[in-house]
This record gives sequence, C-alpha cells and structure tokens, in this order.
Amino acid sequence: MTDTQQPDTQNPGTQKPGTQKPGTQNPGTQNPDTYDVRETPVSGRTSTVRVPVGDRAWFVQRRTITLVLGCAAAMLGLGFVGLSYGTSWATPGEVFGALTGLEPSVVIAEWRAPRVVAGILFGAALGVAGAIFQNLTRNPMGSPDIIGLDAGAYTGALLVMTVFAGASMTVAFGSVVGGLVTAALVYSLSRSNGLSGMRLVVIGIAVNAMITALNNWLVLRAELEVAMAAVGWNSGSLNGIDWDDLILPFAVLSVLLTVAALRSQTLHQSALGDAIAVSTGVPLERQRMLMVLVGVGCTATVTAVAGPVAFIALAAPQIGRRLAKAPGIPLLPAALTGAVLLQLADLIAQMLLAPVSLPVGVVTTAIGGGYLIWLLAQEVRRR
Amino acid sequence: MTTRLSARDVTLSYGERVVSTRLSLDVPDGAFTAVVGPNGCGKSTLLRAFVRLLKPGEGTVSLDSRSVTDFPAKALARELAFLPQDPLAPEGITVRQLVARGRYPHQSLLALWTAGDERAVAEAMDTAEVEDFADRPVAELSGGQRQRVWVAMVLAQDTPYLLLDEPTSFLDITHQYRLLALLSRLRDEGRTVIAVLHDINQACRFADHLVAMKDGRVAAEGAAADVVDAALIKDVFDLPSVIVADPVSGTPMVVPE
Repeated sequence: MTDTQQPDTQNPGTQKPGTQKPGTQNPGTQNPDTYDVRETPVSGRTSTVRVPVGDRAWFVQRRTITLVLGCAAAMLGLGFVGLSYGTSWATPGEVFGALTGLEPSVVIAEWRAPRVVAGILFGAALGVAGAIFQNLTRNPMGSPDIIGLDAGAYTGALLVMTVFAGASMTVAFGSVVGGLVTAALVYSLSRSNGLSGMRLVVIGIAVNAMITALNNWLVLRAELEVAMAAVGWNSGSLNGIDWDDLILPFAVLSVLLTVAALRSQTLHQSALGDAIAVSTGVPLERQRMLMVLVGVGCTATVTAVAGPVAFIALAAPQIGRRLAKAPGIPLLPAALTGAVLLQLADLIAQMLLAPVSLPVGVVTTAIGGGYLIWLLAQEVRRR
Repeated sequence: MTTRLSARDVTLSYGERVVSTRLSLDVPDGAFTAVVGPNGCGKSTLLRAFVRLLKPGEGTVSLDSRSVTDFPAKALARELAFLPQDPLAPEGITVRQLVARGRYPHQSLLALWTAGDERAVAEAMDTAEVEDFADRPVAELSGGQRQRVWVAMVLAQDTPYLLLDEPTSFLDITHQYRLLALLSRLRDEGRTVIAVLHDINQACRFADHLVAMKDGRVAAEGAAADVVDAALIKDVFDLPSVIVADPVSGTPMVVPE
C-alpha cells in the first residue's frame, strides 16, 4: 500500500534527461533518509541568481535584475531630459555644470531637479501603493486611485487648506486622515459575507465619484486664492515643486517603502489565500492593517504635495509584473515602473502644449483611462 | 495511543450559525485519521479550528496541552500544515516557486534561504512527485498535478502534522488513490495525517483512525473495522446499506442498498 505503490507512480518516460537522481531508479529500495538533494537551488534554474549572505542565500530573478538596470537607465535618461528641458533647452554641459556646482544654474538645480526627483519618488510610492492594494484586494483594479483613496486624501488636504488654512505639514496630515477615512469607508461598505475584491472595487469606484464631487464643491466654496491653488492641483501636478516641498515626503516615504519592503514576503504569502496564509504563519489581520496604512500613507503623502495623480498606481504594478515575469504582483517592479511612468508622463505634460505646462495628472488620466477600459473589458469577460 | 493535538469541548460557529457545540476529539499521534460525514456536518470546520482559522467560542484546541491561540503564528505553522479546499495560486507562479512558499514559517523577515530550506523543498517535490514539471507555471497543470503541487507545498512546511480538507475532491480515481497512498507513506515516515474525506470506503481503507461526524458532533471513532456497521451508516449518512469486506484490503466497504 505504501512503498510498493511507487513504481506505478513513477513515470520514467516523461522524465527529462539528467533530472533522474540515483535513488529513484529503484523505488522499492528507496529510503527517504538517503535522498540526494538536487544540485539546482530551490528557486531554481538559470533564471535566478544566488546571492550568498553568510551561510544563507538570497535568490533574485534574473529578469528582476534586468528590470532594475533597465529602469535605472530609463530614469537617468529621462532625468537628463527633464533637467535639460524648459523654456529653452540646456546643453549637456550646462546640466553637468549645474549638477557639479561648477556652473551654478538656479533653473536647473532649483526648479528642474526637484521636479525630476519628485517624479521618481512619487512614481515609486504610487506604484508600491497600487501593488499593495492590488495584492490585498486580489484584483488588478483594486488600486488606490480607482477605489477613491486619492480623492479622499485630496478631500482631507482641501479641508485643511480651506477650513483651517493649514500649512504644508497639516495639509499632509489632513491628506493621510482623508485617505484612511476613505479606506475605512470603502472597506466597511464592501464587507458583507467576507471580503470580495470585485465588490470592493465596484463600491470604491462609486465612492471615488462621490468624493470627487465633494472635492469640486469644496473648491467652489473656497476663497478665491485657495480655490485657484487647489484647482491647479486638482488633477495632480508637479508644477512648481521645489526642494522644500520634498523634505517631508522624502522622509515619510523612505520609512513607508522600507516597511513595505520588509513586509513584502508576507504580503506575497497572503496571495495564496487566507487559509494558507494563516496556516503558514501570517498574522493576517495585523498584516492587512499595516499594509493598508503603508498604502494609504504612500498615496496620501504624494497627494498632499502633488494632488491626486491618477492611474500610476493602477498601471505600474501590472506593467511591472509583466516585465519582471514574477509571480503575483511584486513590489519592486511596481516601484520602478511607477517611477519611470510618472517621470515620462511629467515630461509629456511639459512638452505637449509647451510653453504651457499641463498638470501631469491630465496625461496619466488620458493614458490610464484607455488602460482602465481595457482592464474592465477583461474583467467582465473573465466572469 | 498518545495525543498531542486535541479539541476539548469546543463550540464552533460562523457568526450566528453554530456548527458544533461541546465537540471533543483527540488526534492519535503518528496515525492517519480520516474524518467522514455528510455535507455540512462540521468536518471542515473542525479542521479549520485546529489550524486556528476559526477560534472556538468556548473550549480549547490545544497542542501539547497549550492552546493553539497561545502559539506565535510561525511557531504553530512549524507544527501544523493545512491544505484547504480552495488555495489560490498567484498568477504566473511556477511549481518550484509555489512549493518554496511552504518554507515561509521557517524564514525570517528577509527571506534568506538556508541549505535546510533548499533541502526541504527538494525533498517535498521529490516525495509528491512534481519534479518533472518543477519549472512550469502551476496554471498550466492538470487538476491531479496541481493537487500534488499543493501537497508538496505543505510538505515543504516540514511539520509533524498534515491536515487536509477533502484533498481528493475533483481528482479522478487514479489520482485519488495515488494521493491517499502518498498520505499513507507520509504516515509511515512518522507524520500525523488528518484528512477530511468524502469517500467512506477510501477512508476505511486508508485510515488508522476513523472519525464519523454528524450534526457537528462525533458519532463514532476508532479503527474502521471496529466502528463501521450498517447502523452507523444509517445514523450518520441516513443511508441503508450492507457492509462487506473490501476484497483488496479486507477493510469494511459500504454498499448502499
């Protein structure tokens, strides 16, 4: 019943040459204690690289390394264009001069450089936020911009600006609170008989629409100057960002992205379903809470400075996943793709109707809208 | 018979719906325990309570006389492995990557791999016979292959206990027997196996300890030869039947009238 059954279950005909181990030739005498462990490392094959860390090892997919290098090159290239482009093109010499301080240029170092850095930093944060929520909802449409978290964070920021006339620190705080309240609202509305990703997405879309209407009303009722500032920001914009605007977001996002990186393995373990997650030792409720905080924190921090930049969080994780050919929705490819996407979109926004610089959110919405339609069609077909 | 894992007077419910009241069960160590019973009798619920997916309203589920709720999450996961009915395979995951996920409770925050991790995954894939398609995406496999991959994943968890919720459902008869034979082999290697099984005859044939449940309580338990008779089948399944000896294994075989 036990060992004698094994010859039937072996199928030498389909075994790849070279994969047969000495012990399997004669299953009747097989002893589990004498198995030869195969040479190939666990995460296997040639598509992974083994990075030894002491007596342990860390496995990295070759595709991921290629993606990191590719995205780094793209960021450098786009960054260089971003530093050069303006009302007049700067020469490469001028850009290098400004960067090294040999040939100081306020325009390049104080105006264009923070904008390039903001594109990278905010893009990465939005990509990670999207990947987190798509993992949590197990749905490619469950990203913060679609389910109303951007809009909610913006409501928080608007309330602080218009009602309390707050400074940037309090605006950021209001933005985080707005995002969290919206997350709680969407979560509680969609929670009945357990949580379904699609249900959450549909309710999130409705909540998003309602909050966007509320935001418009808030802007209409605001003082003229505040309203003008708020509208310029309404669709998400990197116009006029300077280094001072980036200090707080940089600090906050560094912490949040570190937490996300440290918890990413647990996030991916949860993708196996609640039952396996719990039975393999994931503290599910705590993990979810933490991930929601990180995701909302990333979204709200970006929104507090740049307004609601839609569709990066939606598209970056899915593009990154395909480029990295990694299982599930990995965070690093989402961050890298998000950074490149936002940088690219911001350049397009600056160039499209030059010398007028469009809000970057207009560009991301235009491109992302098409992608969302395609995604919805896919989702409907799947059901 | 020694017992490390047991449920004592537990009340199990999903919200308002009470499934079991004052249910007790001792799981014999090193044995193959099969839980049988009609749909909705609380078999799966009991399994879920053992692995802490469901917290009992009253009573305790304990391992080594310590409530399972007192264990740190990963520490319990190094003792009990569970294969649910509806696990999710992330899109694009390969067999090897999925099996490797079984090592989660043995790893630290940074997911660094030890030689032990690598060995456990290799052995699990070998035991569950999934090496031939180790680098293929799980989504491309047949139902029988996929189920073996999930078994390999819980084996990689390297726990003394294996709990499986209807592992043979949706498998053809050949794969059902292959899987049950594999579970028996694991029992022979010293693991404790607890499986919810649909087929009473398979349960009689493979299990050392049979637990028949009805309406959230244990109707009978013991060796199949001792507990299975026409009266029990009538009581538990409401099915008139004749019990004969299985011509191959000699264990009781239920033939409905």
